[in-house]
Amino acid sequence: MDEMELTCICCPIGCGLRATLEAGQVVRVTGNTCPRGEAYARREAVSPMRTVTSSVAVEGGVRPVVPVKTVPDVPKDRIFPVMDAIRDLTVPAPVRAGDVLLRDVAGTGADVVATAGLDKAP
Amino acid sequence: MISCDLAVIGAGPAGLAAAIAAREAGVEDILVLERDEAAGGILNQCIHSGFGLHTFQEELTGPEYAARFRARAEELGIPIRLGVMVLGLGSDRVLTLTSRERGLEQLRAGAVILAMGCRERPRGALNIPGYRPAGIYTAGTAQRLVNMEGLLPGREIVILGSGDIGLIMARRMTLEGAHVQCVAELLPYSGGLKRNIVQCLDDYGIPLRLSHTVVNIRGRERVEGVTLAQVGPDRRPVPGTEEDIPCDTLLLSVGLLPENELSEGAGVALDPVTGGPVVGEDFSTSVPGVFACGNALHVHDLVDFVSQEAAAAGRSAARFLKGGPPAGPVIPIRCRDGVRYTVPQHLAVEAMPPEVTVRFRVSAPFREKYLACYINGTRVFHGKKRIMAPGEMEQYTLRRAALPADAREIVFCVEED
Repeated sequence: MDEMELTCICCPIGCGLRATLEAGQVVRVTGNTCPRGEAYARREAVSPMRTVTSSVAVEGGVRPVVPVKTVPDVPKDRIFPVMDAIRDLTVPAPVRAGDVLLRDVAGTGADVVATAGLDKAP
Repeated sequence: MISCDLAVIGAGPAGLAAAIAAREAGVEDILVLERDEAAGGILNQCIHSGFGLHTFQEELTGPEYAARFRARAEELGIPIRLGVMVLGLGSDRVLTLTSRERGLEQLRAGAVILAMGCRERPRGALNIPGYRPAGIYTAGTAQRLVNMEGLLPGREIVILGSGDIGLIMARRMTLEGAHVQCVAELLPYSGGLKRNIVQCLDDYGIPLRLSHTVVNIRGRERVEGVTLAQVGPDRRPVPGTEEDIPCDTLLLSVGLLPENELSEGAGVALDPVTGGPVVGEDFSTSVPGVFACGNALHVHDLVDFVSQEAAAAGRSAARFLKGGPPAGPVIPIRCRDGVRYTVPQHLAVEAMPPEVTVRFRVSAPFREKYLACYINGTRVFHGKKRIMAPGEMEQYTLRRAALPADAREIVFCVEED
């Protein structure tokens, strides 16, 4: 039986939550003061996921970098491998919002997608 | 002299939403003036996600949120002039502009919407002793350098102030390989959203040092370190608690100030608490035909509310241009005991729409306290709030149907019971 301490992000109270896990399953949540806290703890204790947003270097663009995000979210413990891959990446201009710049980043199954466009330098 | 029916100053989320709503309300001749080289305002550098949950029921990044409004403005054929700086605004709604292409120009506008946004409080406002070495940035400047210029301003970072931009930048710098030593906050609580404290600091093990401040900056050419000290309830450093933290960069996230030099020049009355114009429920300022919205009006945490308020300002400007009926008597909306300000600050009871959202901030964190609303001294609302925090804007909906005909004054406050 494992216990995990979490801070609820559902509202400004920020309840200190304690999730009890058995065989990788949440069996009990305490410390929450509303049902949203319990739902949050059940998700967060088993498989915390995050959108990673960063920027990717662009060659020949009007600006040096273009903003990106992971689609879908990636596991929290894979954020740094994902960032390493994003930092190693350079793409040619132009870039359009929604372009997939890297598939299956760091083996997460998520894509790195441009969140804005960037024109070619004249 | 050139002219237009409606001039919108600023093409950030507020200016875009205002211009779109004004066009949808029938204003043909609109000109949006933007000093940057792209529309979208600060959202262009806010590459993190979390925008638009209220407006679009999905989580967008800043550039994506801005793009939706840019696309709509384009669809409606609203002209946006980029690279134009508005230097002056008169109470006669004549604007003085300057741009690289056309030099100095004067623009006569039938109505004006102020949507200039806000600025960050700089180091000079804090009186931190020390030299003026390189390596001291506002968090927003660092955000622009990292996210738009592709530059990393430093490697060993201390962040002063736990506003949302500071928290977001703590994560961003960490992701880019910098080491954030801590986020120091003068107050005993953070001014940022809970979600940002968990996902930007806790996720990365970055300590939040509450009731701490920077009392000295070391280094002559480049920052070499800062002295952190605990502060007492009077917010003054406690002698003997000083500790030296070696670092090469200090980021400041110590508050945002609505940008209103233009408003002041036009004689627009400002609220000393918000730093933005005093407005009515239609977002009209004290100068006829001049409306205000966005962070120039009051600093927001959520862009969704900026878009909502700005759209209302745009519709009001359209009504003004059509020569709408007089507003009739105006009553004040005041605040006391725990409520720091309200927007709007006054209300035209006869002209008001069926519902008016009053937004406000509380002065300190309150748990299990009551929000109360009084009309003519009679309590009309008394609702228990589990928590109210200065970092999270509160709101209350006033219904026209619920207002007595002789309403003279509306007051909001926090009550113990």
